[in-house]
Amino acid sequence: MKTKGIAFLGLLIALAFVLSYIEFLLPLNIGIPGAKVGLANLVVMVALYTLGTKEAFALSFVRVLLVSLTFGNFAMLLYSLAGAGLSFLVMVIAKRTKLLSITGVSVLGGVFHNIGQIIVAIFALETVKLVYYMPFLTVIGTISGIIIGIVAGMITERIKGYFL
Amino acid sequence: MKRNDIILIITILVITCVSVVFMWFHQRSATGSAAKVVVTIDGEEYGSYPLNKDYTETIELSDGSYNIFTIKDGYASVTEASCPDQICVNHFHIHYAGETIVCLPNKVVLEIVGGEEDDVDGATH
Repeated sequence: MKTKGIAFLGLLIALAFVLSYIEFLLPLNIGIPGAKVGLANLVVMVALYTLGTKEAFALSFVRVLLVSLTFGNFAMLLYSLAGAGLSFLVMVIAKRTKLLSITGVSVLGGVFHNIGQIIVAIFALETVKLVYYMPFLTVIGTISGIIIGIVAGMITERIKGYFL
Repeated sequence: MKRNDIILIITILVITCVSVVFMWFHQRSATGSAAKVVVTIDGEEYGSYPLNKDYTETIELSDGSYNIFTIKDGYASVTEASCPDQICVNHFHIHYAGETIVCLPNKVVLEIVGGEEDDVDGATH
């Protein structure tokens, strides 16, 4: 990895951190716990499509660690790790298949982020009833995934020549 | 956006809609909010009580005899009665639609109306 790439990755981590903070300050209040736009996923998407899988994974992991330790607690760390981990795994697989564009990959990432968090919540709170939240979170994940995917596509196109 | 993206989004939304409908039906049948205990004395309806709310009622008859029934955790049972045979008290608690507890001496009948069917021995009803 070139120095330029390392610097760019650091920049992206900082950006993801700030976006998470913004989301933390302005939670999407629609009565469903855990519903988020996932602004930080925008940065992960950009990293995935410009830097590569390893770098994007490092970014995602470091971001979750930083955000949870700064603004959250241990429970938040677990939820975020599960969400980010599952979402990342699915996104990488979806990208490898080459069937989907960046938008489709982003949609899958958004949906599976919520699924991962719900699964952890079901185990943590020991109630399967939380499954009832799933449809709402899936729809929100899809919508935010579409928006983030389109924006990430635009950003990726523009910066590809500059940093790499 | 590629064609596959649109297909993916539509698939996700369809799965979501189907699961919402499924959950709605499941929730309706699981709660069984319509299930209630109907108490009749000598053929006349005395009252009905929802199964999903814990409740205790003393049925007093004009000749001084009584039946006390309790609803607990969705099951109704007669906990105390003045009748000599105590069959109603010893009767297993009832929960499924159509099940009854009868106290013949007092002519008191408890019957479950609405709610879920007994899937175990429905054939014997």
